[in-house]
Amino acid sequence: MKLRFARKHLCIPYALFLALFVVAPIFIMLFYAFTDANNRFTLGNFGKIFSDTTTLSAILTSLSTAIVTTAICLLLGYPVAYILARSGLKHTQTLLLLFILPMWINFVMRLNALKEFLSLINLLDKSPYLNTVIGMVYDFLPFMILPLYTTLTKLDKSVIEASTDLGANSFQTLIRVVIPLSLPGIISGVTMVFMPTMTNYVISDILGRSQITILGKLIENYFMQSNWNMGAAISMLLLTVMLLFTWLTGGFKEEKNERGAGLW
Amino acid sequence: MVKKVFSYILLALVMLFVYTPIFVLVLFSFTDTPAIGQWNGFSFDLYRKLFEDERIMKIVRDTVFLAGGCSILSTILGTLGSIGIFYSKKRTAKIMNAVNNIPVVNAEIVTALSLALLFAMVFTFFNKTMFSLVIGHIVITAPFVILSVMPRLKQMDPNVYEAALDLGASPAKALFTVVLPEILPGMLSGFMLSVTLSLDDYIVTAFTKPEMFNTISTYVYNAVKVPVHSALPGLRALSTLIFVVIVVIAVLMNVLKKKEVKSK
Repeated sequence: MKLRFARKHLCIPYALFLALFVVAPIFIMLFYAFTDANNRFTLGNFGKIFSDTTTLSAILTSLSTAIVTTAICLLLGYPVAYILARSGLKHTQTLLLLFILPMWINFVMRLNALKEFLSLINLLDKSPYLNTVIGMVYDFLPFMILPLYTTLTKLDKSVIEASTDLGANSFQTLIRVVIPLSLPGIISGVTMVFMPTMTNYVISDILGRSQITILGKLIENYFMQSNWNMGAAISMLLLTVMLLFTWLTGGFKEEKNERGAGLW
Repeated sequence: MVKKVFSYILLALVMLFVYTPIFVLVLFSFTDTPAIGQWNGFSFDLYRKLFEDERIMKIVRDTVFLAGGCSILSTILGTLGSIGIFYSKKRTAKIMNAVNNIPVVNAEIVTALSLALLFAMVFTFFNKTMFSLVIGHIVITAPFVILSVMPRLKQMDPNVYEAALDLGASPAKALFTVVLPEILPGMLSGFMLSVTLSLDDYIVTAFTKPEMFNTISTYVYNAVKVPVHSALPGLRALSTLIFVVIVVIAVLMNVLKKKEVKSK
């Protein structure tokens, strides 16, 4: 009986760590989201999010960048993942490695390379919005390819054969069999691209020349001004959306490791 | 046949998009000019200057030490945590796993702000110190150690541990000689993933680091954000070196993996 105690208790340090540095900060954030500068309870921060033009336009910019980026990543990533997983090309492992290799290069350095390249081909000064989208696709494409590749390799070959045997052409098979069966990969890829594109302000700062303000940037601005209440309120909103989304898509499963699963 | 050609063309195009900026940067690292696009003869001048620049060398060292140190701590904490969670009651395990997933799915800016709040308001003594920085990096890396070790524990034959105890091993000895070798590959990939995430991180670092401390990410960000910066040519050389190191590691890892698969 005693040894079972010993093994179970090994998680105490990590449990304390999580309580102190993951759970407690969220509660502190919750407190600041619902109080004003004088620590009095208020719903005003949230009211301001949905009435202030700065926050509203940041929400719209974030949503539009995220939707456009995710759509492009999906349109580019799905065929790539499909070809790698199912078309029986040689050296698929090496090819896949080539697609995810850039993930190891420091992310800010990769952006610098892209920025230099865009300025070389005279695109940098054209449209901050377009540059931001290009940067986000450039950075997040591997996160879309990986989960799609994983689900597509697991796909049962006989189901596809059955579909063709029953007279479906390859387009029908793709639309009615392959895509529905790879939905878990699509959801996981979309999650991994959509959230960061709403919040990763490093990309819009570097490539959008700070003219594109997404929600993440707004939080950083409030942080810089030590306006904790507004920063916390926007963060709380993002956290809630994220938890809802994870819950709805049946997340919180082991497969969440996909961000790194293919890496090492 | 047509399909195959089309597949190759698509892969090649996406690959071109991913690698052109990197290769342009690599190319222009061999000429000492203020901007990309100008060529001033082939030379290693940028590399020589890079190694003579004590400030950059310190930043590179600091970044590597931070990533290594945090990853060791994360691996220890996460491995103990995994074993603990694995042998805990279902309810405890469920809660721990859910909390463990918060930093994984959460937008990085939200994690960063919540930690900044914790240190600015509660642990004020540690605000913007190496301590808060290390904590920040463990928060974003340790969950991935859990996610890497957990599957290994689940694959393990539970009887082996019991057998070791029956044969007279103490619980500690059984853990070290029986359980640890089984989960070692998971620990290793968790560690490597931690190193990658820590090296890559900008947002949490920026919110928790001491004022004068810089990692490669924060250094590059500050240099890239302004239109013209004297550090940019040096960055071409540094990026090239990092890229070469990564390619070497990736190739080595792949060769090792293939050997492992073959020997099995």
